[in-house]
Amino acid sequence: MPKVTYIEHNGTEHAVEVPVGLSVMRGAVDNNVPGIDADCGGECACATCHVFVDPAWEARTGTPSEQEASMLSFAATKQDNSRLSCQIEMTAALDGLVVRMPEAQH
Amino acid sequence: MEPATARVVIIGAGHAGSNAAAFLRQYGWPGEIILLGEEPVLPYHRPPLSKAWLKGEATAESLALRPAEFYGKQHVTLHLGTPAEAIDRGAKTLRLAGGEALAYDHLILATGARARRIPLPGADLPLVHTLRNAADADRLKAGIGPGRRVVVIGAGWIGLEVAASARALGAAATVLEAQDRVLARVASPALSAFVDAAHRRRGVDLRLRVGIEAIEPDAVRLADGTRIPADLVLLGVGAVAEDALARAAGLAEPGGGIRVDGSARTADPAIHAIGDCTIRPLPGGAMGRLESVPSATEQAKQAAADLCGRPVPAPEVCWFWSDQYELRIQVAGLAQGAAQGVVRGDPAAGDRLAVFHLDAAGAVQAVEAVNAAPEFMAGKRLIALGRPVPAARLADPATPLAALATA
Repeated sequence: MPKVTYIEHNGTEHAVEVPVGLSVMRGAVDNNVPGIDADCGGECACATCHVFVDPAWEARTGTPSEQEASMLSFAATKQDNSRLSCQIEMTAALDGLVVRMPEAQH
Repeated sequence: MEPATARVVIIGAGHAGSNAAAFLRQYGWPGEIILLGEEPVLPYHRPPLSKAWLKGEATAESLALRPAEFYGKQHVTLHLGTPAEAIDRGAKTLRLAGGEALAYDHLILATGARARRIPLPGADLPLVHTLRNAADADRLKAGIGPGRRVVVIGAGWIGLEVAASARALGAAATVLEAQDRVLARVASPALSAFVDAAHRRRGVDLRLRVGIEAIEPDAVRLADGTRIPADLVLLGVGAVAEDALARAAGLAEPGGGIRVDGSARTADPAIHAIGDCTIRPLPGGAMGRLESVPSATEQAKQAAADLCGRPVPAPEVCWFWSDQYELRIQVAGLAQGAAQGVVRGDPAAGDRLAVFHLDAAGAVQAVEAVNAAPEFMAGKRLIALGRPVPAARLADPATPLAALATA
């Protein structure tokens, strides 16, 4: 099963297995990884599953949809590699993905 | 920090209760965590019940907040189908259904809310439904389909979402509302008007300022004598705090609800309360209920942080969302008491609306957005920043939101 490494703002790393087809958000929630709130449960309505995709993985995670980009546009901690993790679906090609969490989700 | 033997018992396994269990572990709670759920199913997402679940677009798996194995892995003892029946605050013990006693060191009440019932003749007929939980949603789902006549009493969020889902499923939908506009209690007149038009355009028979005389086995009879034929009636007239346990233990307010502070503490130092059952501090300093998933999550964090000796998170900007047809409605802050409403752009131009509500000092206190995520997010940010914004620039779509909302 592909692995994702989630790195908290304080540097704590969590390497967890995330089944193909689930979102990167779901992988964090299902394993109680701190720093991803996911209030809306993956509806792209809240921007509380914000992550920074490690630069080495940006090309493979793709680009945000218009809705996702809108939701990210005013996130307090937005960077060029910001994504909503509920919108990144796990695939075999993403095995080894590294994402970092902002200090807070709102 | 508490001794490793300290036991937290959480009553209620909805969004609030199950998130509290998760946050307690994230924050390092060393002791036992017992989560008691009244319903027989794994804790699940409630918002889809009136939308994706009703329309058959969700599965039990996608509805679950977390997979079954989560609880074991996190050392959370989950007892489903196990309502608590009484709290003995002196002995710090619960009595469970069946008579079993369960001791606690700390208790978190997360008992939620139940659908308000109104004393209407016929309200207990089999065609009448309410919608709070998965069992309600399953019954409702079985009764909505092509050609069925659905009558919704109450044009609040739940009622309108069910009307939208009913239309999507090919049913006829009538919505009856006593007030002079939809969402009268929770939205500004501008948002009400927009949502009203959206429903009428999609064939909903929306009737405002109507009194209801009675529900009959196959119709709803209005005060003026009109009979509206119905195969199914949804009562969507609000929710009341589920505070019976707390009330019997002397912790509920006379008017309903469990009063808590910004750390989710009740009057009993061994008891926190979170989610829809609480009366909590609101933006602006008043106390009130705030029925929403984000509020439940925020209070779950407060209680978990407080119990784990961590600083309680700063007050959040409260927010809410609703999906109806292809409309995504997002609201942040509370618009009540605002000095001025500013509509950005032209709401007549299409399925899009953004209304900013400014306080007396000219700062944004709330934003209502329909299919307008940038305005919603910018508004949420402006509420958090709390500084005055020129209304004319906010109203003018030519002024980039970024110029207003980035500090």
